[in-house]
Amino acid sequence: MTAVLAKTGLPGAPVVERAEAAWRKRDRWWGLVFVSPQLAGMCAFVLLPFAVGLVLAFAQWDGLTEITWVGLANFQAQLADPVFLRSILNTLGLALITVPVGLALSLLIAVALDRLRGRTGYLLLYFAPVMTSSIAISLVWQQILRADGPLNQAFFRVFGIPGPDWLGDPHFVLLAVSIVTIWSSLGLNVIIFLAGLQGINSNVLEAARVDGAGSLRTMMAIRLPLLSPVVFFSTVVAVISSFQTFDVVFVLTKNGGPENSARTIVYQIYDEGFRHFQFGMASAASIILLVLTLVVTAVQLGLQRRFVHYES
Amino acid sequence: MTTTLQKSPERALPALGGRKRPKSSVRLSTIMLHLLLAVGGFLMVAPFLWMMLTSFKSLPQILSNPLGLFPNPWNFNNYADAWNAAPFGLAYWNSIYICVLTVAGTIVTASMAAYAFARIEFKGSKFLFVLFLATQMVPQQVTIVPLYMIFSKLGWVDTHLALIIPAVLCNPFAVFLVRQFIRSLPVELEEAARLDGAGRWRILFSIVMPNIKPGLAALSIVVALGAWNNFFLPLIVLNSENQFTVPLLLSQFTGQYGGVNYSVIMAASAISIVPMLIAFLIGNRRILNSMAMSGMGGS
Repeated sequence: MTAVLAKTGLPGAPVVERAEAAWRKRDRWWGLVFVSPQLAGMCAFVLLPFAVGLVLAFAQWDGLTEITWVGLANFQAQLADPVFLRSILNTLGLALITVPVGLALSLLIAVALDRLRGRTGYLLLYFAPVMTSSIAISLVWQQILRADGPLNQAFFRVFGIPGPDWLGDPHFVLLAVSIVTIWSSLGLNVIIFLAGLQGINSNVLEAARVDGAGSLRTMMAIRLPLLSPVVFFSTVVAVISSFQTFDVVFVLTKNGGPENSARTIVYQIYDEGFRHFQFGMASAASIILLVLTLVVTAVQLGLQRRFVHYES
Repeated sequence: MTTTLQKSPERALPALGGRKRPKSSVRLSTIMLHLLLAVGGFLMVAPFLWMMLTSFKSLPQILSNPLGLFPNPWNFNNYADAWNAAPFGLAYWNSIYICVLTVAGTIVTASMAAYAFARIEFKGSKFLFVLFLATQMVPQQVTIVPLYMIFSKLGWVDTHLALIIPAVLCNPFAVFLVRQFIRSLPVELEEAARLDGAGRWRILFSIVMPNIKPGLAALSIVVALGAWNNFFLPLIVLNSENQFTVPLLLSQFTGQYGGVNYSVIMAASAISIVPMLIAFLIGNRRILNSMAMSGMGGS
């Protein structure tokens, strides 16, 4: 607007121009002033620790004695450690179960709710776990999943055979963690997908209907493609957050589960760093987690080009 | 879709929880849909119902009649036992004030940075913004060991400063979200204030922030939930019991306080989550909206 005034050539223009220049000059440091609290925080609590962590991954340190440089030994030790390898497999397995199942379920529920009247009640039910702390949730599930807990009792009543010892049998612990994870994050994805579906321009749907498209056709050809950016975003977020699974494992399984069957990478970081005070080892494990996250996200971004439809 | 969100964050989801076009007749498929959704909904809250029921049972009743669903008689002592077993009152206070300070601080710092990125031309702004987005990719656990070292150098270990200050000063997601809200405001609004002689500072606090109140409310909910339910950082940073937050205190219940007394553990869980659930029942529309928006924030 000021630029417009300046161009009019009215008598006031030079004054406005000078004011504009002064304003711009002040802007230069106002910008930095405004950014500075967050910038300082980012430097102090992300960039600095990140750099230190990169260095520490190549050292041996227990927090008390001298730091000794060990080169790649931490990485070699971690990658040769069957417990750590197990934690990587568990983390990937958890993502492989929770992300597709969780997102598919949420998508189905969101699609169902999209066409329904009186959906608030359902939303309240589905969203309740999102509001609750992972610790409370895990404590409750720990009781539900007991070998003699309500889940197995119901199972026995219906099928007449005893259910598994969910938290005591190494074959079932990861599944138990997945169930709790899916249950607790379902509502959030339902809400996000539903918002996406509701945001689709009704003119487009109307046009499709006029052209004679049925509801299945509209869903496959219009709703889902238009929703794909939201689904893609949720997938990336879900994968990243499943890579960071810790709370549920911490409460549900005392020590990462029998035979480390539910130990995740983050649990490993916690264990090495804050139980055994092997800060170098923990840093190495965390770098491996970061690399894994980056690789998987990069692959997803690559796939995005083929499967995600963006409105131009 | 994104444009609707930007134009009016509050009314971004007009039909979320509201009604849609009326159907002329109730079809069988609709009834089936309701049935499936109701079963699913029941499964979603069943753990909560079971928690509530168990929290009113006595231990002998649980052991002697594991199949009984309803408490008989209703035993209200478990709540008193849970509350008295651990310093719950203190943990509540700790969680509340950490939550309030975190939300208030984040709103101020995030709005400042977001305003700069949205409206102010300054050197390096593009680079800094990309840097902010990039740091979002770094999982907290990756920096946790050095972060702990920094806290110990600052003397913040076992204090709430370690939970509040980093949360307030470093929340790239909040910056990004608020930036989206600010960009949806017409620039003319600020230019009018500028003609009246307002500087950047005044424009931000008396023009921009009041105009994105719904967005800031949504952000507050997301930040408050995160602060209230945070577990990993308190677990690592806090040692003394009188510093514990609610989730951290709760996590001690299986071993230290509750042992195998399932009813007391369930009562403690209920104590810790019922306030959040009540808040949700009261403000559900706004909370659902803010969550939907927070999901969009990054897209």
